[in-house]
Amino acid sequence: MAPQKTETLPIKTASDIVAARQAVRLWAAEMKFSLVDQTKIVTATSELARNTVQHGGGGHMVMSIVESGIHQGLHLVFEDKGPGIADVEAAMRDGFTTAGGMGLGLSGSKRLMSQFTIETKVGEGTRVAVTRWK
Amino acid sequence: MSKLAEIFQKHQDDIVADWSKGMSSANRRKDLISDADLKAQSTELFAAIAKASKTGSLSDIEGSDWREVREILSSISASRAKQGFTPTETASFVLSLKQPVNSRLRKEMAKDPEGLIDETTTANGLIDKMALHTSEAFLTTREQLIARQQEDMLELSTPVVKLWDGILALPVIGTLDSARTQVVMESLLKTIVETNSKIAIIDITGVPTVDTLVAQHLLKTITAARLMGAECIISGIRPQIAQTIVHLGINLNDIITKSKMADAFALALQRTGKIVVSMNKAAAPKKTEHGKDN
Ligand SMILES: Nc1ncnc2c1ncn2[C@@H]1O[C@H](COP(=O)(O)OP(=O)(O)OP(=O)(O)O)[C@@H](O)[C@H]1O
Ligand SMILES: [Mg+2]
Repeated sequence: MAPQKTETLPIKTASDIVAARQAVRLWAAEMKFSLVDQTKIVTATSELARNTVQHGGGGHMVMSIVESGIHQGLHLVFEDKGPGIADVEAAMRDGFTTAGGMGLGLSGSKRLMSQFTIETKVGEGTRVAVTRWK
Repeated sequence: MSKLAEIFQKHQDDIVADWSKGMSSANRRKDLISDADLKAQSTELFAAIAKASKTGSLSDIEGSDWREVREILSSISASRAKQGFTPTETASFVLSLKQPVNSRLRKEMAKDPEGLIDETTTANGLIDKMALHTSEAFLTTREQLIARQQEDMLELSTPVVKLWDGILALPVIGTLDSARTQVVMESLLKTIVETNSKIAIIDITGVPTVDTLVAQHLLKTITAARLMGAECIISGIRPQIAQTIVHLGINLNDIITKSKMADAFALALQRTGKIVVSMNKAAAPKKTEHGKDN
């Protein structure tokens, strides 16, 4: 699954989140994802990038186009060196929030994407990788 | 005191005169700055440089001896950023000091070629550092300008319009972040009270992404409006957004939504006890009445 194209963006401020959404929208459109799929991918990007800034204290996003057999996919990795998540299972539940949010960012992104993995360690950081296949 | 610093002291007026004369057309914008202003800036800056070089290091300008120079450079950059100079033009102003300084060094140190090379290197390094400082200060000013413009936009882009007696519309365009929501919410609530409105239509056709934060902000606004006695209708939810919202798990069941602003308006009229009738239809019964008379 060697990526065909890859790019890294900083995710540190609110305007970085906007820039990340725009970059992902552009790539998703170039890859000819349907309008609904584009919207889903961009919305997941918005959620995960915001978590990176808000909870992870900033980090970066790596976006790449991947291939599996005849399928193309958009692969996004959000990484930070923040506090990590103590109870991932709880964080993945609808409505769980430690910051007065809706608590739907992680669980919602999982539903919006084809694949979702989260690795996190308290005191070291969090890495969320998602893919949407065409 | 180093040779360079000595030369700065001794030939201050000559160097400034040379510098002003030699400002190339590349950095000379007569449309943006007058000769007199430019001369004044050069004189002030060079006097500070000469003073700092007496006691301060000549290899960096971060020390306290160079504070005045840094301040002058920053204020020159700031005023130029606002006047519309490019960053290159602004840095060139400082870089063009190399020519008069170098030629003065050559003149004064003709008998000491090795010393000349050293002093020239030091002088050029120093001037480069000042130019870099100018560029950074220039960018900072630009960023501040942009931030202020964004704030202005924030207020400009959230108009609350009265569609009819008791009916308001709030077309939201762009990203609905926390700062924006605060402004939107305040102006909506204020207008609800002022106009004694019963219904507010929030149109989100112009919002590119509806994520949980935007949804939460919308829900907060709606709750606040309810407390003021007004019901909200959300319009402009495009099909792809509707699907995404459902997948995210956001529950809009308690909210009245319409895909089009026109439908929202029709509903609002109905709720406030008004209907829109076509003029043709309104005229039709008259005709039949007239017909009956016949
Ligand atoms: N990158 C991260 N670093 C540390 N903690 C995180 C990170 N991402 C998520 N979390 C934790 O997981 C919780 C759930 O995240 P989720 O995105 O689902 O909800 P939220 O961010 O609280 O609210 P919202 O619905 O607005 O996204 C967060 O409240 C936070 O405690
Ligand atoms: Mg979140």
